[in-house]
Formats: sequence, structure tokens, C-alpha cells
Amino acid sequence: MNANNLLSVEDVVVDLPTPRGNLRAVDHVDLTVGAGRTLGIVGESGCGKTMLSRAILQLLPKKAKLSGRVIFDGQDLLQLPPEKLRKLRGRSLAVVFQDPMTSLNPVLTIGTQLIETLQEHLELDDAAAARRSVELLAAVGIPAPEQRLAQYPHQLSGGMRQRVAIAIALSCEPKLLIADEPTTALDVTIQAQILDLLAREQRRRHMAMIIITHDLGVVAGRTDEVAVMYAGRVVERAPTPALFKKMRMPYTEALLAALPKLDAAPHTPLPAISGRPPDPTRPLKGCSFSPRCRYAVARCQNEKPALEAAETKAHQFACFHPIEARADANA
Amino acid sequence: MMPQSAPSISSDALLEVDNLVVEYPVGSRIVHAVSGVSLQIARGETLGLVGESGCGKSTLGRAVLQLRRPTAGRVLFDGHDLTTMQGDALRLMRRRVQLIFQDPIASLNPRRKIGDIVAEPLVIAGVKDPEKRKQLVHEVLSAVGLDPTLVVGRLPHEFSGGQCQRICIARALILNPEFIVCDEPVSALDVSIRAQILNLLEEMKARFGLTLLFIAHDLAVVKAVSDRVAVMYLGRLCEVGPSEQLFARPAHPYTALLIEAIPMPDPDVRPAETVPVGEPPSPIAPPSGCRFRTRCPRADQRCSDEMPELRAVAPGQFVACHHPLI
Ligand SMILES: Nc1ncnc2c1ncn2[C@@H]1O[C@H](COP(=O)(O)OP(=O)(O)OP(=O)(O)O)[C@@H](O)[C@H]1O
Ligand SMILES: Nc1ncnc2c1ncn2[C@@H]1O[C@H](COP(=O)(O)OP(=O)(O)OP(=O)(O)O)[C@@H](O)[C@H]1O
Ligand code: SF4
Ligand code: SF4
Ligand SMILES: [Mg+2]
Ligand SMILES: [Mg+2]
Repeated sequence: MNANNLLSVEDVVVDLPTPRGNLRAVDHVDLTVGAGRTLGIVGESGCGKTMLSRAILQLLPKKAKLSGRVIFDGQDLLQLPPEKLRKLRGRSLAVVFQDPMTSLNPVLTIGTQLIETLQEHLELDDAAAARRSVELLAAVGIPAPEQRLAQYPHQLSGGMRQRVAIAIALSCEPKLLIADEPTTALDVTIQAQILDLLAREQRRRHMAMIIITHDLGVVAGRTDEVAVMYAGRVVERAPTPALFKKMRMPYTEALLAALPKLDAAPHTPLPAISGRPPDPTRPLKGCSFSPRCRYAVARCQNEKPALEAAETKAHQFACFHPIEARADANA
Repeated sequence: MMPQSAPSISSDALLEVDNLVVEYPVGSRIVHAVSGVSLQIARGETLGLVGESGCGKSTLGRAVLQLRRPTAGRVLFDGHDLTTMQGDALRLMRRRVQLIFQDPIASLNPRRKIGDIVAEPLVIAGVKDPEKRKQLVHEVLSAVGLDPTLVVGRLPHEFSGGQCQRICIARALILNPEFIVCDEPVSALDVSIRAQILNLLEEMKARFGLTLLFIAHDLAVVKAVSDRVAVMYLGRLCEVGPSEQLFARPAHPYTALLIEAIPMPDPDVRPAETVPVGEPPSPIAPPSGCRFRTRCPRADQRCSDEMPELRAVAPGQFVACHHPLI
């Protein structure tokens, strides 16, 4: 592990008991995030993005079984007593969920929620906390912030609520912010504004950030590194420019190809990925992507490819038949 | 309400919406959800309808199908005015038009088997022979890429969002409609499944000769399937034009804003810090003049005083703006 890493996720496994049997939601994941850096985690619905972020935050469902190590700021979070963990969350480790109502309390005013969070973690008197709350609301682009303090979440639009959730997450100057699909429920114009806001605050505060999304378009211009997840595993990981320049894993390529292209003529069929991910309670013996992979070979069905480095150490992928090797073979 | 002029694009319009107004009373106030919208859809055409949440897209779609009776205006379907139609005449006409919803799982009755859900429109339409119904259900399920023998006896919760949307599409197709309003059919689906469903809709459109009104808030998705695109803002149309032309040369500042906001999967395109344009005002008290003026960088006095009407700026392209970009 690199000493400069703020967060290091090592061999994390999350198992969930279900009526159909054990469901491995996160399957031996390793990740790191440096101080002030931005990591994008991309993958389709059900691939384990939220379970991974909940594992980092230690906010898993009660019945979940977690193994591995989560080192944050020099401490192993799995070994931390609950009280210390609670202090850490909300202070140096913050989160924004897809649905802002997950983090907002519907029966408390915006002001109460902000002031409570501030006073729980920082030593501020009422007047100072109120002042700070107004500054935070203004910083996240909420017009007339003084008036907002007295409003309830339901009196705000979805975009405004997400801004408030971000203000609360940022209130104690966290070192790491995890944003789990922060804009999926929002309109495109509001999405762009919220992503800009997160990027601006991230730079200004020199905060590290994990952005979780199913849209490669969201991470392209806004992250330092991207990890692509499939069926609970990280299947490709690279610095963002390197990834987009040269995707190695067929799933990443397929995910990008499936996005509608603005320069394509209307009615151009989209290269869809056929089928669906495997049932997570019935893991496959070989590569999880093999039933949908147009490049699958016999070995793919029988053996699991490990996440390995390509020519540069920073670019890793899990595939027996990565994209460029194939091009060479065909040449 | 001043009418927005009706640019006629084709004499072969299957659907013609003329100065449609839909208002919802809320207490003593009125939500101006759709305020004088006119558009045509030619037979075999897909018209995309985009705009932000709350701008009135679903209201427009539902009013077209008379699921919500409009406050004013006309809806001509194949020459017949649906707004004045009642009883059996309306019921018969309704077979020719269908609706597909955004939330595929919520729009399926959780306690009914898929076979019954898909057959329901047949029952309502009076197809009495169960063998005939079964045969039609099998045909349409196969058409949308599902294995009838595996799905008819199962319940909606046993299916993923993408599969539920296939089932909804099957249900919409079973009466052989001519026209379908697709209300955000892929918004709840993630990227890979979205592409499958978009392709399926295109295939079905070609195979059954459908005409579509395709509603979405994602311009990139709309462009992928639409011949023409209509951009809506706070109950009014801003711009209508052929898809490619509209993307290459948007005339309305709001269209330009929507295009800019599309996340591009290219790390070299550093997203331009968007202008902090805020959010749409309330449709209970829409701004005077141009409804977009409170967020528009080009707004001036005239924009508060005078409501812009749709007018041609290029062949087939119409804009409602006093200071268009082209
Ligand atoms: N409370 C739970 N109990 C059992 N299984 C769960 C629970 N929550 C999630 N799962 C399962 O765990 C797997 C991973 O889910 P997760 O929510 O992490 O996916 P995700 O990548 O965040 O998807 P999305 O994009 O839809 O948010 C899925 O198969 C999901 O069905
Ligand atoms: N039954 C109703 N009663 C009162 N107001 C309504 C009703 N249905 C919709 N509205 C309001 O009418 C306006 C238009 O709503 P509509 O659902 O048509 O928008 P939309 O463009 O489909 O939005 P979305 O993208 O969120 O689906 C909104 O302000 C909405 O709050
Ligand atoms: S290992 Fe085989 S099946 Fe898996 S992605 Fe690579 S080529 Fe495809
Ligand atoms: S009419 Fe005025 S306010 Fe409206 S879009 Fe045009 S320039 Fe902007
Ligand atoms: Mg999730
Ligand atoms: Mg709607």
C-alpha cells in the first residue's frame, strides 16, 4: 500500500444472505484513492457499487458479512469501535446518496439539520453555526440561503435538496466525499450544475472524492481515475485519460459503445450489450462477462481472469483476451 | 393564452395537436402545465419531446391520448378530433393509440401473471376466444425478445427493469396500435439495458409501422430515435426541428443549454463550467413574456414584455425566441 493513499480498500468481500442463497455483492475488490484525488466507479445496476461504498462507510445491512481491510487516513475502519466510526463519518468521511431524502430528515428544517451536523463535529456556538450554514448553502448555489434555513426538505425541488445534502456533507470539511449516483435522479441541466459544484468544491477544499455512476460520460472529464465494476468485481482500472484512450476490457468498451452518440444519425442502431449480468447468487465459474462477451473463448468459461497490470502499472484489467492483443492477433 | 403558431410540416399528419392547453387546479391556484402547444406528427415519424422535469411532457402526452382532458385546444388523430369524442367512439379510437410509461415495474400489476397483463387489452377490446388471446400473447412476447413459455406464468417482481419494460411494450403492441406515446421509456434503465430497449422500440416501429411521440429528458437518447425533436420549457414549445439540424445549429438558448449539459464520454472534453442558470420557475406563476427569460443569458426588456411565437428560422426548424442563436 502506498503511504500517500488516503483510502485503501484491500481484498474487500461483502456477502449477503438471501432466501436464494449467499449473494456475493462485492467480490475481492482492491482500490486506492489519494488525498485530493477523484475516483470514478462505473458499472451497471446491481454490480455492487453501492455495497462497496457502504462497506467503506461501514453502513452495510446488518445481515451482511464483510471481510478485508478498509484503511482510511491510517486507521483500519473494520477495527474501529462504533463510537469512533460515527465521529469519523460526517466529519472526515462524508457521503451523498442518489436520493437526497436518504440523508435528509423530512421533519427537520434545513437549518436544524445543518446546525446539528456542524455542532456535533465542530465546536461552534449557535450564532457561528447559523452563520456557517448560510455560507454553506450559498456555496452550493442555493439562492436566498437565510430564508432556506427555516424550510423543510419537501419544500425544495429535487436539485435543491441534493444541493442541501451536499452542503451537509461538506459542512465539516471532509477529507473524502463519496457521491453515490448523486445526479442520476436529476435532470441533465441540474446534473451538470451539481457535477460542476462537486468538482469546484473538491478542488477548493483539496478533498478526495469517489463518484459512483452507471454513465461513463459522467466520469470522463471529471475524475483522475476510473474503476469499472462488473458482477461485484473491479474488471478494469486506469487513469481516466488512459482508459478512454485505450480500453482493454471488452465490458468497458461495450459500456461506452452502448451510449447514444451525438454525432450518429438518428435511427442508427446502438451496439447494445445483449443479455444481463449473471444472477449474483449463482456465480459463474469463469469470467462473469463471458455469456455476454463477443470475444469470449473457451478459457473464459472455465477460469476467472485476475485483475492484472498492462504495460503501465496504473492500468489494470481482468481479461484473457483484452482488446489490443486481439487486434494484433487479427492483424 | 396566445396561440403558438402551428408550423405545418406535412400534409400527412397522423396526429395534429392544435393550441393545446392543460391546467390543473391546485387549491385556489392553477398549474399552467401546458400552455398553447401545437405540433404535428407525420405517419411513420418519431417526434422526440424533451425538456426538464415538470415542464409538462407527460401532461401533454396524456392529454393527447385523452387520459387527461385538455382545458382547451384540439387533438386530431387521423382527422378525428379526440377532444370532443365520447363513449364507444373514444374507446374504439383508443385501441389505435397506446402509452408506455417511465417506470416499467410500477406500471405492472404486481399480483397478476405476465400472460394476463399482456392479454388485458385484448380482454377489454372484446377478444373472447382464450386460444386466440393466448396465441396473440405468445406472438407479441416473442416479438419483444422474451420466451413466452418462460414468462407467461410468472409475476412482475421476478423480472428486471429492462424485462418489465419489454413486457410493457408487448402489452402496448398487442392491439396493433398505430400511434404510441412513449413517456420516458428508458429513463429508469441503466446504460446497457437502455440501448437494448431503444433498439427494440426502433425494431417494433419498423415492423408494425408505428408512429411515435417519444418523451425523454435526455437529448442524446431522444436524438438517437427521433426524426424531429420538440423542445419544451415550462409548458410551451421553444423549438422544433429535424434532429440533426437542431443539434448542429440550435436556435433557442434553452436548446443550446440542454445540448451543453449532455455528459460527453470523452476525457478531452473538459466539461465547460456551466453557467449557473438555476432552476425553472413555478408553473403556477410562470414569468411574463418568454417563460425562459429568468434563466436566459440573452434576455432583455422585450423578453419580459412580449411572448415569443414559434416562427421558421431554417427549413423545417421553428423557434420561439426574440433573439435566436441563428
Ligand atoms: N439489502 C440487501 N439484501 C440483499 N441483497 C441486496 C441488498 N441490497 C443490494 N443487494 C444486492 O446486492 C447486489 C449489489 O447491489 P448494489 O446496490 O451494490 O448495486 P449497485 O451497483 O449500487 O446498483 P444500482 O446502480 O442499481 O444502484 C445486487 O445484486 C443487489 O440485488
Ligand atoms: N395531477 C396534477 N395535479 C396538479 N399538478 C400537476 C398534476 N400533474 C402534474 N402536475 C404539475 O404539472 C406540471 C407538469 O407536470 P408533468 O408531469 O407533465 O411534467 P413532466 O415534464 O412530465 O416532468 P417529469 O420529467 O418529471 O416527468 C408540473 O409542475 C407538475 O407538478
Ligand atoms: S475474459 Fe473472456 S469473456 Fe471475459 S471479458 Fe475477456 S474475452 Fe470476454
Ligand atoms: S425570447 Fe428572450 S428570454 Fe426568451 S429565449 Fe429568447 S432571448 Fe431568451
Ligand atoms: Mg447503487
Ligand atoms: Mg413526466
